Amino acid sequence: MLTLEAESIEIIREAVATARNPVMMYSIGKDSSVMLHLARKAFYPAPPPFPLLHVDTGWKFAEMYQHRTRMVEESGMKLITHTNPEGVAAGVNPFTHGSNYHTDVMKTQALKQALDALGSDVVFGGARRDEEKSRAKERVFSFRAAGHRWDPKAQRPELWNLYNTHVKPGETIRVFPISNWTELDIWQYIHAEGIPIVPLYLAAERPVVQRDGQWIMVDDDRYPFAPGEQAVMKRVRFRTLGCWPLTAAVESDADTLEAVIAETFNARSSERQGRLIDADTPGSMEKKKQEGYF
Amino acid sequence: MNDLHARDIVSFLEEQRNKQTLRFITCGSVDDGKSTLIGRLLFESKSIFDDQLEALESDSRQYGTQGEKTDLALLVDGLQAEREQGITIDVAYRFFATDRRRFIVADTPGHEQYTRNMATGASTAELAVILIDARKGVLTQTRRHSRIAAMMGIRHIVLAVNKMDLVGFDEAVYHRIIADYQAFAADFAFRSTQAIPLSGLDGDNVLHRSAQTPWYSGPSLMEYLDTVDVGDTSERAAFRMPVQWVNRPNLDFRGFCGRIAEGTLHPGDAVRVLPSGVQTRVKAILAGFDAVETAHPGDAVTVTLTEEVDASRGDVLVAAAAPPEVADQFEAKLLWMVEHAMTPGRQYLMKTACKEVTATITAIKYREDVNTGAHLAAKSLGLNEIAVVNLSTGAPLVFEPYGVNRVMGGFILIDKLTFETVGAGMIDFALRRASTIHWQMLEINKTERAAQKHQSARCIWFTGLSGSGKSTIANLLEKRLHAEGKHTYVLDGENVRHGLNRDLGFTEADRVENVRRVAEVARLMADAGLIVLVSFISPYTSERRMARDLFEPGEFVEVFVDTPVAECERRDAKGLYARARQGGLENFTGIDSPYERPQAPEVHLQTPEMSPEDCVEAVLRALT
Repeated sequence: MLTLEAESIEIIREAVATARNPVMMYSIGKDSSVMLHLARKAFYPAPPPFPLLHVDTGWKFAEMYQHRTRMVEESGMKLITHTNPEGVAAGVNPFTHGSNYHTDVMKTQALKQALDALGSDVVFGGARRDEEKSRAKERVFSFRAAGHRWDPKAQRPELWNLYNTHVKPGETIRVFPISNWTELDIWQYIHAEGIPIVPLYLAAERPVVQRDGQWIMVDDDRYPFAPGEQAVMKRVRFRTLGCWPLTAAVESDADTLEAVIAETFNARSSERQGRLIDADTPGSMEKKKQEGYF
Repeated sequence: MNDLHARDIVSFLEEQRNKQTLRFITCGSVDDGKSTLIGRLLFESKSIFDDQLEALESDSRQYGTQGEKTDLALLVDGLQAEREQGITIDVAYRFFATDRRRFIVADTPGHEQYTRNMATGASTAELAVILIDARKGVLTQTRRHSRIAAMMGIRHIVLAVNKMDLVGFDEAVYHRIIADYQAFAADFAFRSTQAIPLSGLDGDNVLHRSAQTPWYSGPSLMEYLDTVDVGDTSERAAFRMPVQWVNRPNLDFRGFCGRIAEGTLHPGDAVRVLPSGVQTRVKAILAGFDAVETAHPGDAVTVTLTEEVDASRGDVLVAAAAPPEVADQFEAKLLWMVEHAMTPGRQYLMKTACKEVTATITAIKYREDVNTGAHLAAKSLGLNEIAVVNLSTGAPLVFEPYGVNRVMGGFILIDKLTFETVGAGMIDFALRRASTIHWQMLEINKTERAAQKHQSARCIWFTGLSGSGKSTIANLLEKRLHAEGKHTYVLDGENVRHGLNRDLGFTEADRVENVRRVAEVARLMADAGLIVLVSFISPYTSERRMARDLFEPGEFVEVFVDTPVAECERRDAKGLYARARQGGLENFTGIDSPYERPQAPEVHLQTPEMSPEDCVEAVLRALT
């Protein structure tokens, strides 16, 4: 755990020391929370010398927006938010356009717009290698050609902790400081360090509907109920957080951090199962990455 | 791992926090069952979730090679292209944990064209699991994997003799393979080698000891990984921390951030900034938000110092009393990682711990055959080739040999135009020390100055009558030493009296003062690291004693040039004896002033029996 922490801090410092204009992706989730905490430790007593970037699809849970406000205040960092204006104008939403299209327009395209506008050469992300098979080969410093394309063959070898951080104009680097953390590591660290998290990770009675065998929380009045469909109160929590219509809840009684850790430890299904975007086709994450998704 | 329900969550978390991490690499090709074995480790350690298993079963039907059995290899073969081609082309990192340890596995391909991938995985690993197909035994690739593992600094090997099920768990096959392996692995200086007979496909000796191998009394693979001691000695080594970032939020705080490469650090410790050499002390150590009293190797810290010293990214904070070497010419091992060849003379960017400099390969000493270790002549270096090279850097580097410390001795080379990572290297030693280093406050002493000249400081004190041949022998000796590359200086009675001692006459008091001054000058010169040859009559025992006492034991070599006064007078090259005899010179040694013969000189030269050349040889013998 201490080794993981030191390694992550080293990665964050190295990226900042060599970057022209770094920015940290902040998705408000538990991995982002850990990454932000590590960044604050890396530069203490100074605040981290870069802004946070939240690509806002407009469909995050209300509690996530509250948590975001709190963390920006606490860290003293600048927050940049970006929502794809074309997507908003076209009224893109996960219900009528489907998860794939929504994710492409409101996340992938929006992220590219934001990064192009910022001119960032280094972008921190909270991805972990244990999340998904194609991530297992992801570099800590992942190179994106102009246009943010990820070419698995163009990645640089990473020996020791020596990272080649050079980029040419138009090229960018995605840096993943918590590459080597597992889901359990994340929870243990949150517990050990007392890192604030969105309360949705803990079980509570919440209004949900069942769709395709998964529990979807009705977080605001935009949920399009089918005829006769209505929300029921269930004791649920979330293992991962994203757009509320695309993030399934799990039934759980784990209403404390300790209980969440016990549950994670004994879990029989992976956290990404709650992500509706991974399940479409084999290698779907790999395709999304090539297109510029985180 | 057991279910957590019954366990005390707090003590569990405490355990987890202190859990050791073991990084290992698996080497072998797909045919050896490597991916299957890792899949097995993940599966057995319950690191596979139900939905992943379901996906695996569907994948197995589509791409699997195990018929109706679930193909565990598909758990680890990541990229789709590889899945379809059935090969592993990159380094993948896997994670699993037991109650005692967490593991990071670098899964790398085994073919020769992926040497660089294996080196990448091995660079951070402490242990290598080398797979051998029991049916095939030790192959060329086994030698290659062992060689790369050794080169990358891995000291612990597990020889996984896999597919034992296909040889009927035959003990003889297993022992023959071990014997074959040990026969060639002796060269690699591995600290431990553990052989384990197993079947990744069926799980024999993976998690538990198998009933199929009653003749094997060693640990299962998992038991071994869980307990093997790979502890290094970096804790006891002298402190080194490359400065990664200078944290200066305001004028009152200036912290040097980095990860400790070696040694421990406490507030109050004396440290030096290299290469400048400025010395100061540690004021405080921050680990995250907290000030700590001790920091260990691997810790990421922020160090504040008691004085305002100039240090920037790429400098190295080191224990003041034990600074590492600084140099700009090295011999190093180099692995080339791209298609276009490395040619000596081209300039690359070289990145070491937090520092980037330009570097040129000045010579390829030899290429090493990655399979056999044979030394081959080479003018350039191609993809996946390994060589021992001479390297010259644009600025001095603070370093330690890779074999001593990986952080301080490893480097990558970057193409200046494409920015590709083209090579990975390991410094063996410095060819010469950097000449441009400013050791502003570093206390360089006589030993360092002399070592720089590849010699030991000496004062060779020739005493004897005027005309005895002291100067002739001293001058001959200096020529010999000079030819050997030594740094020398001759202090001659005549020279000194023209300048430094021109205010002195030949009274006894003046003669004493004359010797005192010369002895002091000789001492300063020896302190500068020189070999000083003093050619002085120095007739009095007490003055020679005084001179000797100015030097350290062994440094002062008294050479008595013992030539009878009659012979000196016969030679009388300067006509001094004649003048003295005529009364034109008072207090002339040997005529009207005494010469006290040395009682125990280091060298006693009896001329004219000995030729000047013989005398020089005699002195040289006394110097070694």
